[in-house]
Amino acid sequence: MTGLLSLTIFAPLMGVAAILVIRAFGKEGEASAAAARWVALATTLATLALAILVVADFRPSLAGFQLLETHTWFAGLNYSLGVDGISVLFVLLTAFLMPICIIASWRSVHERVVEYMIAFLILECLVIGVFCALDLLVFYLFFEGQLVPMFLIIGIWGGANRVYAAFKFFLYTLLGSVLMLAAILAMISIAHTSSIPELMTYRFAPSVQTWLWLAFFASFAVKMPMWPVHTWLPDAHVEAPTAGSVILAGILLKMGGYGFMRFSLPMFPNASLAFTPLIFALSVIAIIYTSLVAFRQTDMKKLIAYSSVAHMGMVTLGIFSGNLQGEQGALFLMLSHGVISGALFLCVGVVYDRMHTREIAFYGGLAAKMPIYAAVFMLFNMGNVGLPGTSGFVGEILTLTGTYGASTWPAIIGVSGIILSAVYGLSLYRRVVFGQITNPALSSITDLVNREMLLFAPLIVATLALGFQPSLIFGVTDTASAHLAQAFQAATGR
Amino acid sequence: MSTLHLLALAAPQVLLVAAALLLLVWGAFQPRAGRLFVFVAAAVLVGAAVIVVIEPLGRAFLGGLIVDKAAVFAEVIIYLASAVAIVLGEPWFARRGITRFEYPVLVIIAALGMGMMCRAGDLISLFVAIELQSLPLYILAAFSRDDGKSAEAGLKYFVLGALSSGILLYGASLIYGFAGSTRFDAIAVTMSHGIGRGVLLGLVFLICGIAFKVSAAPFHMWTPDVYEGAPTPVVGFFVGAPKLAAMVLLARVLTESFGADQFQWRQILVTMAILSVAVGAFAGLRQTNLKRLWAYSSIANIGYALVGLAAGGAVGVQSMLIYMALYVVDVTGFFACLMALSRGGKSMETMADFAGLVRERPGLAVAMTVFALSGLGMPPFSGLWGKYYVFKAAMGAGLAPVAVIALIGSVVAAYYYLRLIKVMWLDPTAGPTDAPPIEATAVTYAAALFAFPAVLIALVFIDPLAHSAALGLIQR
Repeated sequence: MTGLLSLTIFAPLMGVAAILVIRAFGKEGEASAAAARWVALATTLATLALAILVVADFRPSLAGFQLLETHTWFAGLNYSLGVDGISVLFVLLTAFLMPICIIASWRSVHERVVEYMIAFLILECLVIGVFCALDLLVFYLFFEGQLVPMFLIIGIWGGANRVYAAFKFFLYTLLGSVLMLAAILAMISIAHTSSIPELMTYRFAPSVQTWLWLAFFASFAVKMPMWPVHTWLPDAHVEAPTAGSVILAGILLKMGGYGFMRFSLPMFPNASLAFTPLIFALSVIAIIYTSLVAFRQTDMKKLIAYSSVAHMGMVTLGIFSGNLQGEQGALFLMLSHGVISGALFLCVGVVYDRMHTREIAFYGGLAAKMPIYAAVFMLFNMGNVGLPGTSGFVGEILTLTGTYGASTWPAIIGVSGIILSAVYGLSLYRRVVFGQITNPALSSITDLVNREMLLFAPLIVATLALGFQPSLIFGVTDTASAHLAQAFQAATGR
Repeated sequence: MSTLHLLALAAPQVLLVAAALLLLVWGAFQPRAGRLFVFVAAAVLVGAAVIVVIEPLGRAFLGGLIVDKAAVFAEVIIYLASAVAIVLGEPWFARRGITRFEYPVLVIIAALGMGMMCRAGDLISLFVAIELQSLPLYILAAFSRDDGKSAEAGLKYFVLGALSSGILLYGASLIYGFAGSTRFDAIAVTMSHGIGRGVLLGLVFLICGIAFKVSAAPFHMWTPDVYEGAPTPVVGFFVGAPKLAAMVLLARVLTESFGADQFQWRQILVTMAILSVAVGAFAGLRQTNLKRLWAYSSIANIGYALVGLAAGGAVGVQSMLIYMALYVVDVTGFFACLMALSRGGKSMETMADFAGLVRERPGLAVAMTVFALSGLGMPPFSGLWGKYYVFKAAMGAGLAPVAVIALIGSVVAAYYYLRLIKVMWLDPTAGPTDAPPIEATAVTYAAALFAFPAVLIALVFIDPLAHSAALGLIQR
């Protein structure tokens, strides 16, 4: 079906239009807020249905891009879309997490609900666009455009220090992005095309590759985020509303890894190979350092944010190992981390909604009052640690296997990341859930309500299903990953 | 060529002169400018824009007047922007008790000067055109003559403007003395044997003079003070059309007369561009008055346009033309929005005035956000597309380091655009505002809708038009 990708991308905007119409003609206040919630939920569910259609239409056995759409625009630019095995599942992940975000904000956001829902729908449109874009400029439009809704989501609905966090998020990311824009323009003027598939087969001179690689690295490393440019992430996470954190950790971070796989590796293979030691060094530092930092956190959200940085370090190890296991593992880890970290932020959100604090020391002994919550939190914590049977395990083991194939020491140090994640993950769980209730404020805390269980159910299913049946993902990504690894090895002669 | 034919090539100018004189007479009999007066003045400018499109191309008056596609491209925008300035300005002044018929007349004369700047084909018509444009602008800056700040702005602008005209004239005389002709094409013939020191010195003076008119650093000192003091509709007019005219003039001089010496003037433009971007970005950080802030923003924007011009060739000129065209729409919308907003009859000009605007006037606040994001260069707004063309041209011309520096400057400038957005969206509201006037609101929304999404379609047409305009300038 032609136009399916465009439809999926712009379906959320139809929801925005509907909300605006309701607001223009409907009542003010609570009535329009309720309407906005329902419209947003219906729109995100419709988008999810479209994304499922995209995956259903997708033929995993074929290499290259599918569901292509191309319209000529101006100045040699094309509005062109398409998906391959690397990107198609990210489209699904985005569409999957969005309704969950909307439900998660159902009660916790009561101020300016209409604007909130509009911001999320616009964000969904832009994120799906990033994964479908097959033209450099179109990619940049979607990639960069996300800063604005995210700035407003953090800045309006965030915590106490939200303005600082929003500025930090915006300016950090913008600096990376403008360097990428410079590189994009340089690529267009050198190769005389802005088409991503064509550029993947274009060979830039090695010296040019170095500069272009560095510029793209500036953008993706901030987005990912890699040590030492990760410092915006904990601030942004702590101040963002729960759903904002889910989107940030679940999807926005993945665009960094996606960018490395879509641009750095296939377009600048020689530079990628030359900079692999740098990436490996930064990755293992991130794994060790941010894991230790996570262990010392007193704020639950900050702890999970640092753990995200550590996991992303593992993803970069896998991507730049340049072999099939590495690519497959990195892809799997990104998708699984999208589900698990999103779920963990939701878990924090559950107790935050009740007690309005994220201090670990405030809690303790929740198992007695909230048995279902304790079980759910346990599952996702174990997923984050990488327990076999959860999706986290598959991604980590494969990533590290791939890394081992490329280089021994990073793999060995990287493995310690799994141990360290158990250290901070289990200690978080012990301090929050186990023990006796010592804080009298907790005596009235209640367990999950139906809406929250509805929220967690798909995430639990996804975590376990991918843990026991990883071929669900590998079946889709296999051809594309193999193609990526082969092309990289052929270009670098490794 | 018959006189009639010559005049046909100057038809828009003839129309504007006649209209200005007739409106003066009309105003002498009926000093309180009515709606009809304003309507006629605006209609004349729109008529001039139409004539520009349909009149033939060519050269007249011994090469002193050139009608080519570049002139047509710029003049259409200039005349339309001037018409908007009249429509917006008169009610704004009327609400403040100033009903003087001179405002539309002065705008028409300034537009006449700008049009001639785009058509100037020798050094004499260049100077006359610039002066014809500048003098009405000096008066307009001081138009709220009972307001001390406005008078100060007018005086400051006049003194510094006169100085820059002197520098420009000195440069022109040096070029004439060493090259032996005032005609751009004749100078080009002399320059094909290599550029001498005397001409080079003259060229430097000439560029400095024009740089003052476009307020490129380091000739920008007057801009913040004049913009802060001058009445808002006048600033909205200053910041767009005259700069486009001056940039087209600069492009014509540089490419037609000195096209062979690109590497001589490119370094001057690159230096000015980097300085402008830096000044515009860093000095804007501490501003709280929006008119002052947008003065610094305009300095930075001229820096970007100069990057495009420095790239040279048809691609560079095209990028500059597109950049300026999109910028004119953007700033016109921004200042229309400033004109639409007032609180208790007083203009809203400081950041604090805009606190929580999104609750009071959601439509105008969203439009303002669009202009801020466009200035920031956020996709998919028009500002990004201007930057796209300019930096692509720079990359193609081997000016990659300049492009990277300018782009990093845009990240610094992002802070103040973001601050405005933050103030409007995140801060508690500063109180109710007056009902916005219809004409300013309409222009605001039109410009915001142009910035997105109309620009995505408009560029399909602007791109080839600017390309042929640039080719017309280069190939002679």
